[in-house]
Parts: sequence; structure tokens; C-alpha cells
Amino acid sequence: MPQIFPRGANFVPLKIILVLAVLGMAAPAAMWYYWTPKYTKVGYQPAQPVPFSHKIHAGQLGLDCRYCHSFAENAAHSNIPTAQVCMNCHSQVQKDNPKLAPLREAWATGKPVEWVQIHKTPDHAYFNHSVHINRGVSCVSCHGRVDQMDVVSQEQSLSMDWCLTCHRAPETALRPLDKVTDLGWHAKPQGKESIEQAQLNLGQKLKDQRGINPPVSNCAGCHR
Amino acid sequence: MADIAHTSKGDECEVVLHCPPELKKIPLVNHDRSFAWITENVASICEEKTRRYWWIAFLLFTPIALLVPTLLSYQVANGVGVWGENQPFGWAWDITNFVFWIGIGHAGTLISAILFLTRQKWRTSINRAAEAMTLFAVMCAALYPGFHVGRFWKAWYLFPIPNHMALWQNYRSPLLWDVFAVSTYFTVSVLFWYVGLIPDLATLRDRAKSKIKQWGYGLAALGWRGGNRHWQHYEMAYLILAGLSTPLVLSVHSIVSFDFATSVIPGWHTTIFPPYFVAGAIFGGFAMVLTLMLPARLFYPQLDDMITRNHVDKMAKIILLTGSIVGYAYLMELFVALVYAGNFYEYNAFYNRATGWYNWHYITMMTCNVIIPQLFWSKRIRHNYIWVFVICQFVNAGMWFERFVIIGTTLAQDFLPSSWGHYTPSWVEVFTFIGTFGMFISLFLLFMRFLPMITIFEVKAVKPEADPHHEPDHSHGEKAAHPKEAAAH
Repeated sequence: MPQIFPRGANFVPLKIILVLAVLGMAAPAAMWYYWTPKYTKVGYQPAQPVPFSHKIHAGQLGLDCRYCHSFAENAAHSNIPTAQVCMNCHSQVQKDNPKLAPLREAWATGKPVEWVQIHKTPDHAYFNHSVHINRGVSCVSCHGRVDQMDVVSQEQSLSMDWCLTCHRAPETALRPLDKVTDLGWHAKPQGKESIEQAQLNLGQKLKDQRGINPPVSNCAGCHR
Repeated sequence: MADIAHTSKGDECEVVLHCPPELKKIPLVNHDRSFAWITENVASICEEKTRRYWWIAFLLFTPIALLVPTLLSYQVANGVGVWGENQPFGWAWDITNFVFWIGIGHAGTLISAILFLTRQKWRTSINRAAEAMTLFAVMCAALYPGFHVGRFWKAWYLFPIPNHMALWQNYRSPLLWDVFAVSTYFTVSVLFWYVGLIPDLATLRDRAKSKIKQWGYGLAALGWRGGNRHWQHYEMAYLILAGLSTPLVLSVHSIVSFDFATSVIPGWHTTIFPPYFVAGAIFGGFAMVLTLMLPARLFYPQLDDMITRNHVDKMAKIILLTGSIVGYAYLMELFVALVYAGNFYEYNAFYNRATGWYNWHYITMMTCNVIIPQLFWSKRIRHNYIWVFVICQFVNAGMWFERFVIIGTTLAQDFLPSSWGHYTPSWVEVFTFIGTFGMFISLFLLFMRFLPMITIFEVKAVKPEADPHHEPDHSHGEKAAHPKEAAAH
């Protein structure tokens, strides 16, 4: 019987295995890179219309977060301050700084400054700022050390997995209510225990005190 | 052999045994066809010019098959609401059709695995087609749970894939077991079918005239040359796969039955479900095997000598047996619910099943599955192909009605009369179901046209001359103790 396939055909299975192996590694990498949801982009740091520095305002000057983000403790949605809030000081301070031109324009025309939103949650996830803040979850748990950032970037992934890590163990994040906006605060170790251990002890105490029971296996808790 | 007179010397009396003449074995291949004849007549089906009636059948069923992608696209575009399911009918035709199709596959696996391990030689001429039928039926079945989830592109949630949502499967849910059962079933069935095909694909490759066919069959045959080592590996692989498939015959439909049995709905919550589902699946599956094989024999009369009256007779007997098991299960269910258990809701569920809104489904089911197959007690009917075909159609219909009775009537009238509800299938559902039949038959037609419908080398191995040491008066003196040598002819 004549040969149907050329001699090289003997190596075809090997080549197929090689190609499949490479594809098998490339596919997860590609999915990871391209199909990861946009809201989970850690390190996302867009340029803002005004180079506002949180480091100066919240860090050096020690402004409380809630001076500008005033809805955070009262409402589900936390706001970006209006030009009015900025002008409370900047009508006096740095009033001719060219970097603040867009702000003055907004103040004059009433058309808000178009800040670029960094932290996003998907539409189907219901997140309530006030609930978290009033139960003693600090801003820093989700937003990181904003008081040390010149330009704010996303520090946590905000994925559902990440949410659940805390929902399953809220004692890792709970703190006294007056320390919620104190981003540098940490639990005081008693005796030889570590900071982590001190946080867990305090967190557990606060959790029991406040009866904290965040939705874990109840989908409708966040997907309403 | 004539009568034997046996005298025992120790005793006073004389014992005389009258033995009937030894019955002749019914040959598995009629007309004592030669090895060459078998190869020629099976392979020629794939090699000859496409026959006109094949085209007619294909052009008839493919447009029907196209209903499936069309209507599923319509469903995806418009949402799962275009199917008629709504409270209290969360499940209706979709899951009915899923269970119907998945059940059909079981005959193929039973023939290929259990009958192989129990050395039932009559399986050889029907196993290939029955396994192909299994695959096509599972494909039709898998569509339903996939699209029933509504957002089809989220169907991957069914599988335990690590993800950014920390979303994980509920391992206590039988619906998840179902995913594993069905996907394992399909994988093992594909492997089993394909491994069994390899030697025959090599035969077709060696007989092929055109370059394209040589390449096509040659690639699929994976370089099979029929050497000793090839056959040794082949037999080992086939045995392992048969061993893997055997528990699947019993497990897959047991797990499908758990979808219902582990819930607390009266009418579903019964321990009789797993064996009763498995028997029903084999029952319906054999009916579908015969539904496909009898017309195939009509189109290709040469198959008559390999799929004989004897084969049809045996399959009819299996239908009779499993049908009677199913009938027993129906009656036992009624007995438990109406007489024995004394549970009010259970009583009502079955009372309503038999006399309620959907009682005509129940009556159809009883008639088609329990009463009509009893005709197979008659040898004359088992040997009349038209009767067999007609009875099989009743069984096919009956098994569909059985699934609807279980799913539909139970959901229609459960605990509270205030939450009872009627159900009518939407036109989308009806035509999708019709489409799956078109898809099933189109795939089977393609299989008939391009692949050897009968396992050539295995049929040769059940010929008397393949086993020259047994029954010397039947052997032909040709030495072929092994399918390997049989295939060489």
C-alpha cells in the first residue's frame, strides 16, 4: 500500500501537543489581561482636569474626608465636591493660581468640573457608603492611604471576591467610629500581641457590640 | 443429539433421561457471509455515490434542524421569557426535553459497555450506530440546561472555574452533580465511540480512492496499521472505556432523577426515582435505536444479514423487560402514594396526576409505556418489523409524556391551591423541540453517510470461523481467532 502521508507527518502529533500547550498558557493570560472587568483595575490613575493633591489637603492640612465628601456618612452615594466647596477656601487661597482655572470657570459658569471617576462598582452591585462608615469601616479599607497620594489611584480590586473577603471576616476592618476617617490609625497592641492580632481582638469586640452581620451567602444583600 | 439412556449401576432403578435435540445457535450473521463480504457491504455505504433518498431525507430534516440555532438565537436575543415557563412552572418543556433526550442516550451506552463486558456478541452489529445515537441525543439534551439558564453566556457558572467573584458551585445541589454526570457521560461516550472507530477508519482509508478521502480517513485513523501492538493497546483501551462507561449507564440517569427526588415537592420526593429513571431511559433508548435502525435497514438491504431478525427480537425483549419495570414503578408509586404512605400531599399529587388537569398526559403515558409494549410478548409481533417500528413510536411518545407528567403535573398542583397554575408551551418551545429532532436525524444521516455504520472488525469476530476451536462442524477451516486477523481479510 502506498504511503498517504509524507514522512514529516510523524511529527504532527508532537507539534499539535506543543501548539496546544502554548495556547493553553496563552488563553488564560489573554483572558486575564483583556477580560478582567474594568472596575477591578488596581493602579488606575487617570489625569484629572485640576491636579488636585489629596496629599496636601488630607495629609498636610489635615482636612477631614467628610469636609468635601460630605454625603459619605449620610447616603449610599459618596459625592465629589462641587466647585462651591472648593471655593470656600480658594476664593481666598491661591486665587490666581493658573492650575485652578477650570475651577474658577466652573464657579463662574455653573458647569461642574469634569472629574474622572476612579472607583467604580458594577450597576448590579449595590454599595452603600453610609452603612459602612457608620458601622466603623474606615475609608482606608477600600480607598487606601489617599492622604499620601498626590494623584489618587485605585488601590483595591473592588471585585466581588474582594468584597466577600471582608464580608466574611468584618473583624479585620472594624474600628472605633471616631477613627473612621483617620487613615493612619491602627489598633493599639496590648502587651506582646501584634497589630494584626490587636485589630482582630478589637474588631471582634466591635462586631459583637454592634451586631454586625454583613451579607455573605445572601445574594440579594448586594444584588438587589 | 438423540435421547440418552443413562443407567446407574449402584441403584436398583434405572434412570432414563430424555434430552431434546440440541438447539442450533441462531447465527449472528445470516447467509454465512464471508469476511470480505462484510467489509465490502459496510464500507460501500460510505463509498458509493450518495443515494437519492439520502438527499431527500437530508434536505427534509436539515431545515428542521436549522430551527434550533434560529430559535435559540431568538431566545438569547429576547430573554428566556419567550419560552412558556413561569411560576409555578419554573420547569416545563425545557427540562422535559432534556430528560427525554438524555434518557435516549442510555441504550447506546448499555449496548456498548454492559453488553460488551457481559460478552453479549449480538451487540457487535448495532453498537456503533447506537453509540452515535447516544452522542447526538446528548448534544440535543445539553442544549436545554445551557439555554434554560437564560443568559447563555453565563453558562460557564455551571462549572467550578475560579473567578473574581468568588462564585463557587453548591456541591449539595443535584443540579451541579447533573453537570458533572452529563459532561462525563458525553466525554466518555465520545472517546468510546471514537476508539472503537479507529480500526474501521483505517479500513476505509485503505480502500479510499480519492486523495481527500485518504487524507480524511487517514487523519482520523491516527496511523492505525493493525499490528499486534496496535491491537493489544486497542483492546486494553476499549476494555477500560467499557469499564468506565458501565457505571455511567446507571449513574447518569440516577443523578438526573436526583434533580427531582432530592427536592421536597410531593410527586418528586420519592426514593423509587433512580432505578425507575434508569429503566425508563434504557426502555426509551432501545425504542429510539430501533426507530433509527429499522429504516436504515430498509435503505441499505445488505444490512439485513448483519442486523437480523434475531437482533430486533432481542431489542424488543429488552423493551418488554424495561417497560415492565417502568410499569411496576408506576404502579408502586401509586400504591405508595394512595394506599401506603398516608401523606395527604403525596396522595393529592398522585390523585391529581391521574385525574387532574393533565390527566390525558397520564393516560397517554400509561398506555404507551405499560400497555402497548406488552404486545412484545408475542413472537409474531417481535418478528414483524412494521409492528416493532410502530410500537417503538408509542414508546418514544410515552417516554416524553412520562417526563412531562413527572415535571408538569407535579408543579401544576403542589401544596397550596392558591399557587396552582396552568401551563401552555410557547411556539418557540414547540418548534425548538421539533428542531432537535431534525438535528438528531440530520446528524445521524451524516453519520450513516461518512462513517461505517456497523463495526466491521467486530462483526467478523463473532462469525464462527473467527473461533475455529468451537463447534468444529461450523468452522470453515479459515484460521482467524482474533479480530485482528479478521480485519486483515
